[in-house]
Amino acid sequence: MNHHFKYLLRLADNSLINAQCLCKWTGHGPFLEEDLALTNIALDILGRSKLLLEHAALIEGNGKSDDDLAFHRSEREFLNTKLVEQPTPDYAYTIIKQVIIDSFDLNLYKELSKSKDDVLAGIAAKSIKEITYHYRHTSSWVNRFGLGTEESNQRAQNALNELWRFTGELCETDETDEWAIKNGIGCSVENFKASWQTQLKNLFNESNLTIPENTFMQTGGKNGIHTEHLGYILAEMQTLPKAHVGATW
Amino acid sequence: MSDSQGPMWEVFVQKKAGQPFVHCGNLHAFDKEMALQNARDLYTRRMEGVALWVVKSEHIVASSPEDQGSFFEPANDKIFRHPTFYQVPDIIKHM
Amino acid sequence: MSTINFEEIFETKLAKNEMIEPKDWMPDNYRKHLIRQISQHAHSEIVGMLPEGNWITRAPSLRSKIVLLAKVQDEGGHGLYLYTAAESLGISRDEMLDALHTSKAKYSSIFNYPTLTWADVAAIGWLVDGAAIMNQVMLQRTSYGPYSRAMIRICKEESFHQRQGYEAMTRLAFGTPAQKSMAQDALNRFWFPTLMMFGPPDKESPNSDNAVKWRIKRETNDELRQRFVNQTVPQIEYLGLNLPDANIKWNEAKNGYDFSEPNWVEFKNVINGNGPCNKERLNARVNAHKNGEWVRAAAAAYAKKLDDQTLAA
Repeated sequence: MNHHFKYLLRLADNSLINAQCLCKWTGHGPFLEEDLALTNIALDILGRSKLLLEHAALIEGNGKSDDDLAFHRSEREFLNTKLVEQPTPDYAYTIIKQVIIDSFDLNLYKELSKSKDDVLAGIAAKSIKEITYHYRHTSSWVNRFGLGTEESNQRAQNALNELWRFTGELCETDETDEWAIKNGIGCSVENFKASWQTQLKNLFNESNLTIPENTFMQTGGKNGIHTEHLGYILAEMQTLPKAHVGATW
Repeated sequence: MSDSQGPMWEVFVQKKAGQPFVHCGNLHAFDKEMALQNARDLYTRRMEGVALWVVKSEHIVASSPEDQGSFFEPANDKIFRHPTFYQVPDIIKHM
Repeated sequence: MSTINFEEIFETKLAKNEMIEPKDWMPDNYRKHLIRQISQHAHSEIVGMLPEGNWITRAPSLRSKIVLLAKVQDEGGHGLYLYTAAESLGISRDEMLDALHTSKAKYSSIFNYPTLTWADVAAIGWLVDGAAIMNQVMLQRTSYGPYSRAMIRICKEESFHQRQGYEAMTRLAFGTPAQKSMAQDALNRFWFPTLMMFGPPDKESPNSDNAVKWRIKRETNDELRQRFVNQTVPQIEYLGLNLPDANIKWNEAKNGYDFSEPNWVEFKNVINGNGPCNKERLNARVNAHKNGEWVRAAAAAYAKKLDDQTLAA
């Protein structure tokens, strides 16, 4: 697989699967205002995934569309990190998962806005503004959960304990990343890894939450080795296009 | 009115820089930051504004319908407050 | 000043087409009628998120997923505008939600029908939103100020909803044979429930009289229903689908289509909780509220801490 295509696909899949999980809350949020706010976040991320998939399809150059990539690839062909596919049994999981993603992506897309791939740089520049707001929203909820009630603190801490083992993968670098860094398409996570971790640590600390120590980090998503959750996410997401091959919607 | 949904807030949107803030509706929120964010997510989804004010509804002081006569009708005969009350020679344009 | 004077002022305002505002004197029944109608309307928007929301994760293209997500979100926003309009009449959102969750409050019967296929989502956008818009356009001129202003905003935002539904329906109707039959099936199932949305026939509608007198409503159920049929039949014909009712026929004399009455026994049953999805819809709302309880409690506790800090500072 072409490195450029693979690099874009990983970004796109992270956004797509993240958004797919977020949109389950629409109509079921903890109260109306927050339902709408989280849906706004889902919409931004879904929009970004479409732009990234369109661009990835173009770079792949074999006539496929964004929808082909979204709806006609199988479990092993999706290259998102394991973090984004994790289920969110309560709202604390959603907020903790999202604040980790937002804080990481904010750093990542700032770097990507300098990409030599003009289209990617453009998508990144647009995304920075969106993610800045997402982080503001999710981090304010971390404060509320951490400092709100005993129950909310406990739930947030549980989610953090469960999800932290999926954060190591965000910072992994393989030959595709190295190719992208060397060619000015992608960026090195090393540029911001330390400041990102400090930012999160400070946020959790000020909210009476603790990042678990000595966590054994999970890996594999970036290369298509997923948790079992992804299969169900795709089965749901892809049901119609797979049942009606050749149809347009 | 405070309930399990948090207190009610009034939302004002400025459409463009330099224009006045106009009341556009209400929402519920538990704290100031949330009120501001909710206002953004609810009332500016379609590029309706460039700035927002939010204020708890309980802080709004309103005139009552009974005040209408004594508050506003006295302004009716103060036509000298309007430019058309004054005569300016035709030759002077743009005043 | 005696009550009679207030009533006169109220009547004069109505006669002059002026708006009634929250602090104005209004008859108790007017207030009650509005609270009932606006909160029902709000509940309908919120419950209405569910049947379409059912397909967000399964939308068959990225574009349709984005559009559907935005549309369902809009409905939530509209529910919110309406709840706050009702709150201006002196009822809290908690009270309204409680009435919904305990089945004391009603909502539009249409949302108790299931969305079985993707075409149902298209049919809802096209038919159900089409019917709703007709009602809502009229309500922009309703006599209660906050309700009218909410409706103006809602109508502006909803203008894309029906077009979105019809566009999706067009793709199905002109798509593969399987897609076309999906479209026909959705039209057949949603036609009569959509006609029921305008409410019972005028001769049996208990609330219509006062509503028209108070200028809360400006057209009757039957008038709106007829207009909807007149508008929709040519749209069905364009799609090349079969009419869902064998009795639809142009009637030159009334300059409109004749059509069959919906099954009003079914309507009453659906309204009273016996529709195909009443239990599911209500459970979904009750669960969301219950599952959100600790979230709201956390936000309230945190807000209190912030207030205490401000006071202490």
